Amino acid sequence: MRYVQEFRDPVAAKGVLAAIARVADEIGVTKEDPVHIMEICGGHTHAIFRYGLDKLVHEGVEFIHGPGCPVCVLPMSRVDECVELAERPEVIFTTFGDAMRVPGTRKSLMQAKADGADIRMVYSPLDALELARRNPEREVVFFGLGFETTTPSTALSIQQAAREGLTNFTVFCNHITVPPPIRALLSDPHMVLDGFVGPGHVSMVIGVHPYDFIAEEFGKPLVVSGFEPLDLLQSVLMVIEQIRDGRAEIENQYARVVPEYGNPVSLAAIEDVYEPRPSFEWRGLGEIDESGLRICDRYSAFDAEAKFGIGYGAAAGRAVVEEPEGCACGLVMTGRAKPTECPQFGRGCTPEMPLGALMVSSEGACAAYWQYGGARAVEAAE
Amino acid sequence: MCLGIPGQIVEITDTERQLAMADVSGVKREVSLAPVSDRPLADLVDEWVLIHVGFAMAVIDADEAAETLEALRGLGEAQETLEQIAEGERAFMEDRA
Ligand code: SF4
Repeated sequence: MRYVQEFRDPVAAKGVLAAIARVADEIGVTKEDPVHIMEICGGHTHAIFRYGLDKLVHEGVEFIHGPGCPVCVLPMSRVDECVELAERPEVIFTTFGDAMRVPGTRKSLMQAKADGADIRMVYSPLDALELARRNPEREVVFFGLGFETTTPSTALSIQQAAREGLTNFTVFCNHITVPPPIRALLSDPHMVLDGFVGPGHVSMVIGVHPYDFIAEEFGKPLVVSGFEPLDLLQSVLMVIEQIRDGRAEIENQYARVVPEYGNPVSLAAIEDVYEPRPSFEWRGLGEIDESGLRICDRYSAFDAEAKFGIGYGAAAGRAVVEEPEGCACGLVMTGRAKPTECPQFGRGCTPEMPLGALMVSSEGACAAYWQYGGARAVEAAE
Repeated sequence: MCLGIPGQIVEITDTERQLAMADVSGVKREVSLAPVSDRPLADLVDEWVLIHVGFAMAVIDADEAAETLEALRGLGEAQETLEQIAEGERAFMEDRA
């Protein structure tokens, strides 16, 4: 299905596109010398490709695809640790389906399941909890994955397990937070970002203020955005208006869903259950300070790393794993290369046989390129 | 996993665990109301909520729900989420004796 979707409201879209063009001309940006706007969220990346927004906006506006797809930033070493847990005979390993095909050094979870490991795809940590209730003689491990949108659901499930006194439910915690990698990117001297479109569903939980440092310390604008195409275009317009006016503020385009201070119940659960890790490994970005969450000592009975002595909980420390050869995931993730510039794109790496994680999920930049026209680019080049 | 899907709360199924049945595009799925439990659970029946991995993260109005659903359909995400819900059901059928 390689086609670009029509707009629901083409007239409104036309108006916003014209306004973007006007402001871009006022700033004086061109194809050769564009403004670089990073959409942080993988859902936004998907929508931009689906609707061809990168082609529709003024050519002086360039999208840089950010690290906001939790599957894509999962390092190989973490997949290896998942497989190791899943292969323990007492374990039922539960995971969101998105993570099944991410390659590890030995195998993906999909391959481990085919080899006999008891791995179950679940929709929700609630399913994992129910599996633990039904299988008291087994150890149910839930693969906690995602940014602040899924972080509270795992925390609330751990609190529920504690209330019920479940002793066979643990979480292999890979929850990560959006602001620290943005700080890391902004601190990188190679970065050329002029502004950000922020993930709306993350801010539904954390509100808009965790981004204040982007404006205050780095002088860059960020607009929290919904993921409908019109939302995205409006947000781009708001970002470049700030650039034109020399402002750097955190604005909320998605106020109809995003409360300024987030969701209090979710924030309280996060506060209760987790604490920041000193650092956490991101695929392509390396270890980033305070960018991941661990389960705090009070709930250590529900921490798979502590219970099974694995990952950051391993006595001997974690194994460092090299990225596969020829994979440009790191460069793509930091906006330094386009997916089509990766030597593996469409050759050693396709959605059917992904080499890098950016090809696994529809929210990964490489998979999005491939699905919406990148495949044609490869065909044309050959 | 990252984009929520709108659903309408049909009935409260477990007050203690704050669970409710939601109608998600015609599919019934039990969800947790914990994140929106700052209002009485009974008041949430018939309301539209944005559901992330089985948790109602925000109450939204019916128009917003309809527009969000349409956008999700456009992205192919609505179908994907419904498949994941079905997958979650299958997880229980694999229990070994
Ligand atoms: S094409 Fe594959 S290997 Fe290359 S950057 Fe993309 S995901 Fe990584």
